[in-house]
Amino acid sequence: MPIRSTTNKDGQSLLHIDGDMTIYTAAEIKDELMTHMAQPCEREIDLSEVSEMDSAGLQILILAKREAERHGTSLRLTGHSRAVLDVLDMCNLAPYFGDPVVLSCNEKKGQ
Amino acid sequence: MSLDLDQALQTYIAEARELLQDMEDALLRLEVDPNDADTIGAIFRAAHTIKGSAGLFGLDPIVSFTHIVEDVLDRVRDGDVVIEANLIAVLLESGDHMLHLVNVVAAQGEQLDAEAIVRENGLRIRLQAYQDSSGISHAVQVEEEIPLQSSGGGLVETDNWHISLRFGQNVMRDGMDPLSFLRYLSTLGEIVSITTMFDALPFADEMDAESCYLGFEIDFKSDADKATIAGVFEFAREGSLVHILPPHSKLTEYIELIRSLPESETRLGEILVATGALTQQELESGLSEQQTSARPDGSTTPLGEILVEQRSVEHEVVQAALDKQTQSKDSKNKENRYIRVHADKLDELITMVGELVIAGAGVSLLAQRVNDNSLQEAASVMSGLVEEIRDGALRLRMVPIGETFNRFQRVVRDVGRELGKDIELVITGADAELDKTVVEKIGDPLMHLVRNAMDHGIESASIRQAKGKTAKGTLRLNAYHDSGSIVIEIVDDGGGLNRDRILQKARDRGLIAPNVTPPDHEIFNMIFEAGFSTAEAITSISGRGVGMDVVKRNITALRGTVSLDSAVGQGTTVSIRLPLTLAIIDGFLVGVGKSSYIVPLDMVQECIELTETDRQLTRERSYLNLRGEVLPFVMLRDHFEVEGAGARRENVVVVTCAGQKAGLVVDELMGEFQTVIKPLGKIFSTLRGISGSTILGSGEVALILDVPSLVQQAVNRESQHVTTRQLTH
Repeated sequence: MPIRSTTNKDGQSLLHIDGDMTIYTAAEIKDELMTHMAQPCEREIDLSEVSEMDSAGLQILILAKREAERHGTSLRLTGHSRAVLDVLDMCNLAPYFGDPVVLSCNEKKGQ
Repeated sequence: MSLDLDQALQTYIAEARELLQDMEDALLRLEVDPNDADTIGAIFRAAHTIKGSAGLFGLDPIVSFTHIVEDVLDRVRDGDVVIEANLIAVLLESGDHMLHLVNVVAAQGEQLDAEAIVRENGLRIRLQAYQDSSGISHAVQVEEEIPLQSSGGGLVETDNWHISLRFGQNVMRDGMDPLSFLRYLSTLGEIVSITTMFDALPFADEMDAESCYLGFEIDFKSDADKATIAGVFEFAREGSLVHILPPHSKLTEYIELIRSLPESETRLGEILVATGALTQQELESGLSEQQTSARPDGSTTPLGEILVEQRSVEHEVVQAALDKQTQSKDSKNKENRYIRVHADKLDELITMVGELVIAGAGVSLLAQRVNDNSLQEAASVMSGLVEEIRDGALRLRMVPIGETFNRFQRVVRDVGRELGKDIELVITGADAELDKTVVEKIGDPLMHLVRNAMDHGIESASIRQAKGKTAKGTLRLNAYHDSGSIVIEIVDDGGGLNRDRILQKARDRGLIAPNVTPPDHEIFNMIFEAGFSTAEAITSISGRGVGMDVVKRNITALRGTVSLDSAVGQGTTVSIRLPLTLAIIDGFLVGVGKSSYIVPLDMVQECIELTETDRQLTRERSYLNLRGEVLPFVMLRDHFEVEGAGARRENVVVVTCAGQKAGLVVDELMGEFQTVIKPLGKIFSTLRGISGSTILGSGEVALILDVPSLVQQAVNRESQHVTTRQLTH
């Protein structure tokens, strides 16, 4: 189970993605994530445990963001790990997700 | 290299060869009409495409040489260099060299040998004379076809490369990560800006997590050349869109790019502006205009028109760009009407059709046997259809001979120069079609005949004028269909053959008895004998006496015939008659014992009965008396060791091959038979006297006799007998 679901302190759904977000895990992550996304509520995805990310993983994040927009809910990405940041940086996608990107310290989390 | 890339390379090689052929044709056309802008354009495009594609495969030797050629052609197109004979000669040679490069570098993956390098250097120097001396140093030249005279800056200001990528869906499945291309790209320079395109990403239900839906619009600052940048995406090419615009490309190129990408023009325009690839005003005003000026029919005004209205681009320029687009679309449509099919598949189809013909014959035979009228009728309808399918299938392999003929334009031109003769090649009947395998094999014999006609046939201008002919010689290539065969004629209007000299030479060589004078026709055809040359001077073109006999042998191998007619002072006509196909022939079925054999019908001359007296005589001698003529013969019963006693009556099939006659003694004559030729397996390859097999309607196998070898055998044995008899007496 690459995705753990918990509830954060504000009562929002918090999803943790652990391990790789690559072509090898993409199908599984997509299915699970979409199951979670089907419930209409605000949610946060914690990416701090993502160890590796490639185009397939990136696509899934984009997909999640777009699905959330389509359903009128919000989706926030938090705790971007180094691997995620690298990819978002390279593709210049941080503005698209619009989430505060945290580099070394966590004080801005959940702003 | 991945398999896909390998296939792509094969396609490139095939395309490059075609393009080079087109280029050569166009150059020859240019020689006639040096100011034909369309032709110049066609040559340039051919070179440009070859270079561009070579760059994508990283074939640097091709890129670097073709670049110079393209450069010169570009100057020709701009009118800076005038077309003249020397330039065409250099370009033709360059074309040859490019073909060599494609063959060596692309097809075999090898380096050029020393000789080719020397040639290339020579060509480079000669080409440089036509090149612009004012510094052409950049490896990839920015196309400057029609400089834009626009008010808003025809050439875009940015000095960055613009790269548009749309990855194919399978990129990730093939083990490649689009991001890794970006990482690699960033090692070559600086990615100034990048926009990730994911418009293609479908809704969650339809999205396959392992397919790639991503694309990128990249502005890239780098000193690398186009080939290097294109090389980054080499492995992604299959199924992906990769557009690379060099720095300072024209606005039209950006507009074309916008059109060629899957996303909407508005969105792309915004991105290009945002990334700084295009300036704001032009695009913004152009696109806002586009939104407001919807036409009555609901469609929006094309971007090009808007730009013209705003005087950003001259009308002609846009028109030219549009024409070019339509042109390329037209040629694409034309391409789409053809499909490339592997020749093996066609061969398989024809084999299957052959089986069908045989099975059909079997059905007809059974239908006749049961004597059921309605069954017979059904069978005959079916065999009619089978025949149509057979003809249709054979027609698939038919190609017009025109392409082969056109190759000779170049040959005639070059050889004409070499010989200092002005010769015009007139091609007629280029539409006549024949089997592809025959077309491939007829090239060499034709080449020889054409060279011969030019060298020996057509006289030099001074002699021609002295004889009251036009100074310009004419060589005609003609082809037409004639009852199941194709006839190819090579006609020259030269001096004709010297009958007396041929006769003299034939007598010297003992080919004709001193006191016999055969008809002219036979004398002329003596030149097809081995080692027969009557040319007084041996030139580099021909005259060594090797060749005409080889020509004849090649044509005979195709089951064709060649004959020659000549009139002194008026010229010579060589006619080649070839069967239209090599897969199905008319055969003559004969029986020996229980086996059946097939003799190709066109080799059968007559059939006679083997009389009892003759039979007695054959015990002591190995020839028959055919109306006073010595006829060597082969007893097929003995030759194939057929068991069982001889039939009560035997027949002799008189066959002829290469002017020699022989008799084949058989039991039974069974008549004509449509023969589907089936090759014999490897195991029978050493078998003499058999060239193939076929299947009869009854399902039995019949062997096709290799008449030339049987005739040779009979003749040899006969002459041996003669010598042994002479020795014993």
